[in-house]
Parts: sequence; structure tokens; C-alpha cells
Amino acid sequence: MSNLAVVAVLLALAAIAYQLGLARSRGVAQASGARMHSLPRYHGLLVVLRAVVPATAVYLLWTLFGGTIIEAMVIASLPSEHIPPEALQQRVLLQRIGNLASGFGLLGEAQAYEQAAATYMQRLTATGQAVTAALMATLAALGLFWSWRKTTAETRARNKVERAVQIALIACSAVAIFTTVGIVLSVLGESLRFFQFVNPLDFFFGTTWNPRFATVGDTDQSGFGMLPLMAGTLMISLIAMLVAVPLGLMTAIYLAEYAPYHVRNVAKPIIEVLAGIPTIVYGFFALVTVGPFLVELGELVGLSIRATSALTAGLVMGIMIIPFVSSLSDDIITQVPKAMRDGSLALGGTRSETVIKVILPAALPGIVGAILLAVSRAIGETMIVVLAAGNAPVLTANPFEAVSTVTVSIVNQLTGDQDFASPQSLVAFALGLTLFAMTLILNVIALAIVRKYREQYE
Amino acid sequence: MNSSTHSDQGYSAIRQRVESSLARRRNQELRFRALGIAAVTTALALVAILFTTILSKGLPAFWQATFVMDVHFDPEVIQIGPKPTAMPGESPAAFAQRLTQWQLDLNFIDFGQIIHRSIAKLLPEADQHPEGAAHLVTSGELFALRDMVVADPGIVGKTVRLKLLADANVDVWLKGNIDRDLPDAQQQLSAQTRQMADQLYAKGVIQNKFSTAIFMNPDSRSSLASAGLAGAFMGSLFMMIIVILLAVPIGVASAIYLEEFAPKNRWTDLIEVNINNLAAVPSIVFGLLGAAVFILWFKLPLSAPIVGGLVLTLMTLPTVIIATRSTLKAIPPSIREAALGVGASKVQAITDHVLPLARPGILTATIIGVAQALGETAPLLLIGMSAFVASVPATAFDQSTALPVQIYLWQGNELRNFFEGRTSAAIIVLLALMLSLNSLAIWLRKHYETRW
Repeated sequence: MSNLAVVAVLLALAAIAYQLGLARSRGVAQASGARMHSLPRYHGLLVVLRAVVPATAVYLLWTLFGGTIIEAMVIASLPSEHIPPEALQQRVLLQRIGNLASGFGLLGEAQAYEQAAATYMQRLTATGQAVTAALMATLAALGLFWSWRKTTAETRARNKVERAVQIALIACSAVAIFTTVGIVLSVLGESLRFFQFVNPLDFFFGTTWNPRFATVGDTDQSGFGMLPLMAGTLMISLIAMLVAVPLGLMTAIYLAEYAPYHVRNVAKPIIEVLAGIPTIVYGFFALVTVGPFLVELGELVGLSIRATSALTAGLVMGIMIIPFVSSLSDDIITQVPKAMRDGSLALGGTRSETVIKVILPAALPGIVGAILLAVSRAIGETMIVVLAAGNAPVLTANPFEAVSTVTVSIVNQLTGDQDFASPQSLVAFALGLTLFAMTLILNVIALAIVRKYREQYE
Repeated sequence: MNSSTHSDQGYSAIRQRVESSLARRRNQELRFRALGIAAVTTALALVAILFTTILSKGLPAFWQATFVMDVHFDPEVIQIGPKPTAMPGESPAAFAQRLTQWQLDLNFIDFGQIIHRSIAKLLPEADQHPEGAAHLVTSGELFALRDMVVADPGIVGKTVRLKLLADANVDVWLKGNIDRDLPDAQQQLSAQTRQMADQLYAKGVIQNKFSTAIFMNPDSRSSLASAGLAGAFMGSLFMMIIVILLAVPIGVASAIYLEEFAPKNRWTDLIEVNINNLAAVPSIVFGLLGAAVFILWFKLPLSAPIVGGLVLTLMTLPTVIIATRSTLKAIPPSIREAALGVGASKVQAITDHVLPLARPGILTATIIGVAQALGETAPLLLIGMSAFVASVPATAFDQSTALPVQIYLWQGNELRNFFEGRTSAAIIVLLALMLSLNSLAIWLRKHYETRW
């Protein structure tokens, strides 16, 4: 039976169960003449919950684990001399047996033991499907029957349905928690495996980044020092902030305090367009336009600037972050109470004096929070630096040179043809852990500041 | 009297000081204002530069050098039987073998010969340089000819007027995207091929025509001129469907729980802080999560939209939750209180009164989330979606790329002169999709915005 057919059957079952519930509750109401506790539709929904949910659960379990169980049993049934030692060969054999069992046939003769295994697999599949179908039918029938018996005027169907709704809502909110837990556990777990190969001190404080390709018998695990990457990340983020903070902040101040209504209405969404552009587009822009432009500019003033350098990546990343800084600062500036503004103006302050001496100090904590969020964004940004930073993991303080960053190295280490279990791949998770920890700390501080600030003026 | 004179002097001193500072303060004010205008202008100029660069590079790439000529399907060259059909009593495996053999025969037909002869009819010199002539048309068109023969065997022996894409290098040469004065050693095409291309262009056989290849075809490495976005588009579409099916219900449900039901305690505080933090976690970390959990533990296939969709779902979930919560927060408590007052239960108040009012907001949240997911690249690289895939995925479990990943792959292609335009064109397609999503969201917000 195909999945689609099963879904159709389950949907039909739900419809029938709902109608049965409706009919039954109306019947009970007429027969007893009593006032029902719940409306008929709640009785209907309750029957659906009782009949369809267990059956669906059984079906999901079979779909998720049935195949694996059958394959394990087929392998176990094979005569021991025919069980291939390697996982890959086992998969090939299972594929052959599966083709035989499904009647697709094989090219060439099937071995006797393969034929036997295929028959066994057919039988197992048939039995499994029959058992699942029987179990689903029984559970559905039991659910229907039980609901039929239990429907009375006093049945608190609405409360039960609402309880189920609440449980579903709680389960959905737990997904966010599980995501965080999943990130921490998976990244931490793989990082710990990495630290079995490489000393954490060498990783965090090493000054050479040169993870060689794993070769057979190569036990030399050096070149995993992340300091050059961290230096590159910080340099690019610093450049980005030098671009984004003045531009973003001044934009926000102008739009919030000076701009006429219609200018603000036009300029604000256009600048926010910058925030919606995918980072890969910025990367391409950096590579094709900004990089060559900087090279020419450098020649003009007698500097040697590489097309892909910390400066290129930082500048473009700064452009990307402008709307982030400006819209957050804008929110914060407009939140400063009007009374403070009016007070300053009434005392004879000019607008700029009001902004510099009253509004900015009042908004400072919020703006610092916004800037911290922007820094965390810059640190975690990937595509711009992958394309435009030049991927040269060396310790340098020269922004005109190519550098590499933490995110670039994560991509490089995980997109090669590396074995997932080698330290060359696992190092990506250790880098990811560092990145996650850094951004988490920045975010927690920033969010706490912003939140506190909001409460202050609410 | 005395004291009054004294204070008068004081006043005039202050007055003098204030008046003498007025010019400075006025200048300061003007400077500050100019700074503000400069900042806004710079930001707007950057948007303008970004868009003009992409448009000026990308738009011409939608028009490609195209042959418009008569192609003779020569029966001397095309010798093949009809496509085999399954015979009764034949095992599927045996039929598959026969079919494979037939396809093998089909692949041995030299369609390059067909094209070469057709060009030679128009340009007799082409006969002296069969190698050069073969390089004029992109190799993907040979498969197009083959598919025409398979679809309609009766075409053999006929002459048909066809539009065939020229090779990528011919396109570069004719558009002037390579320096025409470069010495032969640095040119991609041989001198004869370049000359033939120029002659054919002058005769109007090769024309610069709008090409649908970029929309209709999957990616290709052998036939660069016909490489397209169809595969990446389907991959992105599957992922967006998964994101909508998962992130929206789960996100809206958690927002409802947190906003309407959750008691104010340490536990819900933790959930709230956690969601705000998740929204700011770098996207690449979600890629690591996907690689470790979905691929290493659950053994889901590499490069499949299902994995990409799940990763993007987890990534967009916080966005959807936060946006939905602010919508719910904006609905005044009086609505809920009125419902509760006439005897509705809490769940009824929400499903029957709050949610219908929140619908436009939820829709906006969905669109913002989808737009964010559509443009994301980094996490997809880590789950293998940067692999080269030359087919259009039929299901969410097939290998595929995504639109932003395709951009990443194309910008790295060695044939820079051709792919700079191609990549920009792909960016235009992606931006057009994203901007229309975003403007839809803005329109919805404006149209349905309720001020309470």
C-alpha cells in the first residue's frame, strides 16, 4: 500500500469518526432529553482524536522503523558465509535481494541463498504490513467503539479536546528548545570527538591554520590553530562596524529626527531592501565590483590592495549591516520619550544639541545593544567572506591582504571529500562551537540590554 | 537698586555669550544635518549601485547568441530502430537491459555531424574546419536533437527550421565580453571558429535572441550555454513547501502558546530568551546541526531538499514565532475578554476571535520567513547541496541544489567571461522572487493593518 493511499484512508477514517461522533451525540441528546455538556462538534473531534491518532502513530512507527527491522532480520537469516563484512557490500546485497523480492528481477542468475532471502523478505514485508494494518484497524475500531459507549450527556468532550489542543501547542513550543539542545549536543559532541585528536590548547591558541588532508598512517595532527581565523574574523567585523555604525546611526538619527514625513516614508523601506538581499548576492557584488574597484583605488594612491581582502569583505559586510543598525537604532531613538526632547528644545537647545546631549545618552544602552547584535551578525556571516575575503589563513594586521575566517573554514572543511570522522572534518564542529559560544554571549548581553532599556521607557 | 543693576549686567553678559555662540551653534547644527543627509544619501546610493551593477551585468545574459537555421535530419547519419516496448512475459530486468542497449545505440548517433552539415550548407568554409564548426553550437543542443528524434521518429529525413543556442565561448566572442585583440594562445576559440562565428553573425544566421534556457534547463557542465536554473528552482520550491508546511504551523502554535496560555514563570522565560537567541544564531550553525543530526544520525540523503527544508525550517522558526507573537500582542485584550464574557472557553476565544483577526499578520510572518529561507546559502553548503546536479529533482528526496547555491556554484565557474553574466542573471531571478515576496508582505501589512 502506498503512503498516499494510507493517508487517504486515515483522512476518510477521520471524516467518518467525526460524523459518527456528531450523530451519536445528537442521538444521545434526543434519547435522554438531557442538556449535553459539549456541542456536537466537540464530540466529533474527540472521536477523531481517539480513533485516528493511535492508528496514525502505529503507521508512523512502521514507516520509520519497519524497513530497518526487516533488513536486519534478513541479514541475520543469511548463512554466515554469505554475510559480507563491509557495510557497503551489505547494502548492495540488500539492494539485490530487495529487487528480487519486489519482482523487479535481476540481471543474471540469482544465487540460491539470495532467492531464499528474497522469499523471506517478501514474507516479512507481507507479515509486517498485515500486522500494521490489523493493529491500525483494531485501534481505530476500539477508539470508535469506546467513544460510542462513553458518549453521554455529561461527557466533557470540549474540555478533553481543548486539553489535547494545549498539549499540541506545548509540544510545538518545545521544538525551539529542542533545536537549541540539538545544536549544543551535536556540535559539542562532534567537537569532543575532535578534541580526542587535537589538544584544545593547540586549537584555541595555535597560530598556524593548515589542516592537511588525512593520509593513511598520518598521525601528525598539527596545523589546527584557530588564532589566524579568529584574527581574520575580528578584523573583518571591525571594518564592517566602522562602515555600518556611523552610516547606520546617522541614517537613523536623520530619519527619526530631521527627515520630513514623506522622505522618511520613501527612504526607510528602500534602505531596508538592503536587509532582504541574500548574502550570496553581496558576496558576488564584493567579488565582481567592489574588489576590482578597490584595486584601482589602491593603484591610484599607491597602495597594493588585493581584490579579495579583509577590506573588500569588511566594506561589503558593512553595507549589509547598515539597515540592521539603522532600523534597530531608529526603533530605540523613537522610543525616547517626547518630553525629554521637548524639554531640551524648550531650554533653547538646537536639534543637534538635543540629539547629541539628550537623546543619544538616553538611548545609549539600546544602541549599544543594537551594535552588539550587529557584531554577532558580522561574526557569523558566511557567504560574503567565502567569496571576498581571499581564504588565506595567515596572521596579519594588514587589511589589504587576504585573510580567512572561522565561517570560511567551516565551509571549507565540510564541503571537501573528507571522511566525516577525520579531524579535518570534525574541526568544523569545534569552530562552530566557538562561533556559537561567541555569538551566544554577545546575543545574551545585547538582548538583556535592549530588554532592560525597553522596560525603562515603557 | 544696586542688586538689580548687578543682575542686569549679569543678564547682558549671558546674553552676549549666547549671541556670540549663536553662529557657531548654527553652523554645528547645519553640519550635523548635512552629515545625516550624507549618510542617507550614501545608503541610498549603495542600494542604487548594487542594483545597477547586477542589472547591467545580468540583463544582457538573458539574450544569447542563437543559431536560426534549417537542420536536415539526415537518415544516413541517424540509424536507429523504434524505442523498445515491454513484451509480454518479459521480466522487468530483461526489458531494462534491452532499453539500455537501445539508448546506448541512440547515444552513438553523431548529431554533431548533422549540425556540421547544416552549417556547411550556409557557410561552405565550414567544411574545411569540421572541428571548428562543431564547436559553434553548444553540446546540449545535440541532446535536444536526439530528444526530438526519440519523440517523433518520423522527423528523420525531414528538414526543420530550428533555434539552437551557440556555444558559450561563441556568445562571449560575439558580445565582446573577451578582448578581441588577445593573441590566439589566450583565446578560448580557434581563429577559424572565431572567423566563422563572425561570418555567420554577419549573415544573420547567429542572432542575439532572448533565450529561455536559463529558466527551462537544469545545470550543465558540458554545455555551459544551456545551463539553467530549473533544477535549482525546483529544489528551492520543495524546500519552501517543506518550510511552509512545518515552520508555519509549529511557529504559529508556539506563538499562541507563549502569548496566550503560558504562565509567566522561569520556564517560559527560558523559552522566550531561547527563541530570541535562536533568531540571532548564525545560519551556518544550523548547517552544522543539519549535518550532524539529519545526515550523520538519521542517515537522510545528502544534497536532498528534504534535509535542506528541515534545516531551513529550524532556522526560520524563530522568525515566524517572533513575528506571530507581535501580531497576537497587538490584538487588544478586550476582544478576548468579550469572548470570555459571553461564555466562550479560552481555546474558543482564540480559535474563533483572536486567530481570524491575526490572519494577515500570520500571513506576513510566513512570507517574511519564507523570503529569509529562500535566500539562505551557507547552511545548505554544509549538507551537501553544493554538489553538481544535472537533473530536475522529481521529489524532495532527490539530489538537488537551490537558487542561492546555484549562484554560488556559477560564480566559481572557470569560464568567467560567460558566467559573470549568467550568475547576475540568476541573481536577478532570485531577487525578483524575493522582492515580490517582500512587497507582498508589505502590501498585506498596509492593506489589512488595523489600528486599535
